[in-house]
Amino acid sequence: VNTFSFGDNEVRTEIRFEPGQSIGAALLAAGHRSWRTTRRQGGPRGIFCGIGVCFDCVVIVNGRPGQRACLTEAQAGDLVRPQEGAGRGQLAV
Amino acid sequence: MAGADVLVIGAGIVGAACAYYCADAGLRVTVLDRGSVAGGTTSAGEGNILVSDKEPGPELDLALLANRLWSELDGDGCELEHKGGIVVGQNPETAAALATLAARQRDHGVDAIDVSAAELAELEPNLTPNVLAGVHYPQDMQVQPMLATAQLLRRSGATVHTETDVLAVRPREVRTSRGNFRADWVVNAAGVWGGEIAGLAGAPVPILPRRGFVLVTEPLPRVVRHKVYTADYVANVASGQAGLETSVVVEGTRAGTVLIGASRERVGFDRRFSPSVLRTLAARAVDLFPFLAEVHLLRSYLGFRPYCPDHLPVIGPDPRAPGLIHACGHEGAGIGLATATGQLIAQTITGVPPDLDLTPFRPDRFAEAR
Repeated sequence: VNTFSFGDNEVRTEIRFEPGQSIGAALLAAGHRSWRTTRRQGGPRGIFCGIGVCFDCVVIVNGRPGQRACLTEAQAGDLVRPQEGAGRGQLAV
Repeated sequence: MAGADVLVIGAGIVGAACAYYCADAGLRVTVLDRGSVAGGTTSAGEGNILVSDKEPGPELDLALLANRLWSELDGDGCELEHKGGIVVGQNPETAAALATLAARQRDHGVDAIDVSAAELAELEPNLTPNVLAGVHYPQDMQVQPMLATAQLLRRSGATVHTETDVLAVRPREVRTSRGNFRADWVVNAAGVWGGEIAGLAGAPVPILPRRGFVLVTEPLPRVVRHKVYTADYVANVASGQAGLETSVVVEGTRAGTVLIGASRERVGFDRRFSPSVLRTLAARAVDLFPFLAEVHLLRSYLGFRPYCPDHLPVIGPDPRAPGLIHACGHEGAGIGLATATGQLIAQTITGVPPDLDLTPFRPDRFAEAR
């Protein structure tokens, strides 16, 4: 069974996926609807367009922020973390 | 249709500014556009209001007037930001040329502050350390150009007709796909199509398209504080080359995206995307701001700068066509120069001595040059 790890540093769950499935599809199938919060209001976001256009479903994959969950193919052992805002607070000046 | 004092052809930023200042002077204004409000070059740039990229001369005088007028405008709803510009020199030649330009600009009233590499690192912490020196231009501003156009039109109270094609321009009358419009003055603010309108009026001006691309990153926290560009930008802006020229211009927006320009090509109205141009722009931006290598691009867009062979806009009444007054050909500086242009047009129409001598911008200067 293929799984990747999803969650923050405290709570993590293993998410099953089929070969070739996107991270977003696997998260939806596992009952997760949001995995990002908006930059200003902190509102919940997940899949919106589902085809890579809207950049609403971005998530941190193996330490890289801004990955579109709808387009990123899940790989066994991936570490997927929810993204707060732009996910690049360390760059702020 | 009912007559107006002033009929403005073009609902881009320049047309909107003409409408705004004419209405402010008490004139009744109607605005036409073949497409939508801010649907042409206005929506295809970055919204710059710059003095930094102007050589001393008529365009800098115009830019300084425009800068003052933008500062006096109520920037509400326009995302007007007094962010300042920073120009950097990455090799000894460009750094020296930049310092010379800045000194000449200072003599003409530009606030241009020489900054060392160490000071650049404080002003822009994400900037590459591979810079020799720079100049800080606190007067440079940015505005969201579509919002600014809409605001100026709304505040003018002008009647606006979109999706209206101009078919003929006669003295004090314009025939369109939606009927005839009469006015004492017809303002040609048709931007990159200004040459067509001038041709219809029998008073040709040579305005040609100069294509540019802009790359848009994913939204980020504030990562770039100023408009930052390399010193070769000024040389490219003033160049007459037909082939591709790129310089790198990087700046943030209120929405969090970072905009990356600037390419210049004379390829007519060719709207095809050019991956090689986009790749060059991206690579040069990464040179200047290394963190961009890890950032995603959301999209890119392109537009056509309306340029004249001498790189000056065409502003003023046309002696060849009674009642016709031009306000076009601003190349890549139309957003910034719009306020001054609108003010000068309104002053000319109302018979007030203009704030600037319009001689360098006169529409019939090209005929004389031949």
